[in-house]
Amino acid sequence: MATLKELKLRISSVKSTQKITKAKQMVAAAKLRRAQAAAEAARPYAERLEGVVSSLATKVGGSSTAPRLLAGSGRDQVHLLVVMAADRGLAGAFNANIVKAARNHAEALLAEGKTVKMLLVGRKARSGLIRQYGKQVIDYYDTSGFRSIGFVQADEIAGRVFALYEAGDFDVATLFYSKFRTALLQEPTAQQIIPVPVPADAGVTNSGAVVEYEPDEEAILADLLPRNIKIQIFKGLLENVAGEQGASMTAMDNATRNAGDLIKKLTIEYNRSRQAAITKELIEIISGAEAL
Amino acid sequence: MAALHFELVSPERLVRSGPVHMVVVPGTEGDFAVLAGHAPMMSTIRTGEIAVYTAAGDTPERIHIEGGFAEVSEKGLTILAEKLEPVTTH
Repeated sequence: MATLKELKLRISSVKSTQKITKAKQMVAAAKLRRAQAAAEAARPYAERLEGVVSSLATKVGGSSTAPRLLAGSGRDQVHLLVVMAADRGLAGAFNANIVKAARNHAEALLAEGKTVKMLLVGRKARSGLIRQYGKQVIDYYDTSGFRSIGFVQADEIAGRVFALYEAGDFDVATLFYSKFRTALLQEPTAQQIIPVPVPADAGVTNSGAVVEYEPDEEAILADLLPRNIKIQIFKGLLENVAGEQGASMTAMDNATRNAGDLIKKLTIEYNRSRQAAITKELIEIISGAEAL
Repeated sequence: MAALHFELVSPERLVRSGPVHMVVVPGTEGDFAVLAGHAPMMSTIRTGEIAVYTAAGDTPERIHIEGGFAEVSEKGLTILAEKLEPVTTH
């Protein structure tokens, strides 16, 4: 059995751990609020752009001259997985879930005999996938140097994706990130970004008014498609940031509570052994006195 | 005359939304001004300045935009711009 001194030490060490997890939880809560606000502020742009693109896409989609980003390269052989995760751990299973989703997808594709390439974003995506898919990882975008994620980063990631697409390095691109549902619930999501998926019923929403296009529908679409993809990546990044903070908050809350339980248990054990020591001493004194 | 509902949106946030008198937009095929009741149209925008006239005869508020897109519908004018910054008046 541990001595009194050891127990005392352990209690104080757990207490200081609890202080750290508590602080981390509060930091995550504050950051979460900010991240959520940023994600919400970005919504109007994404919604409007998506509305326009899908209505244009249904119009132009059928024609043979449709932009390549919409029509695809005509093949389905080489898949690019853009995996976006956080830079830091201490967020429960947040990063592991994204990595797992990407890994499952990659395994399914490899089993079908397709080629898989990966573009990783965030340190944890890299550390989670580089060992197993070292050969498939063709690019890594480091986000750890930035204080906050902005549109600039999305722009750069999209730029790399477009460059690869122009070079014919892949046929289909899928984005992996974590959708932010609530602070407690993040959902790893796979979203196809290239070729741009055309919603089946978008054309119906168009009002009867004749809309004038300048220069023309196809030119506008060709201009807007890359922008829409950029926005999807941006949205993914923002949702990831919010999700990471949410997951971190939950994980740290759990850790704080566990530390509390542990302290309680250790304190009881400490008191019991103290009691036992006192009792033992008393018995010794009494039996000593009786022997006289 | 009825006011034009004007919305300016950047990827990061909704920059402004409200009634204005007129907006001059640098379209890819030439500048155009949008007043209330403009026919529906869509246009890409070249890098340049948009001029927002809050009321008729006012000095316009100039905003520099890059990589944008304008949509005029019965609801008003919406400009989506990737980058924007207000131009200080000279």
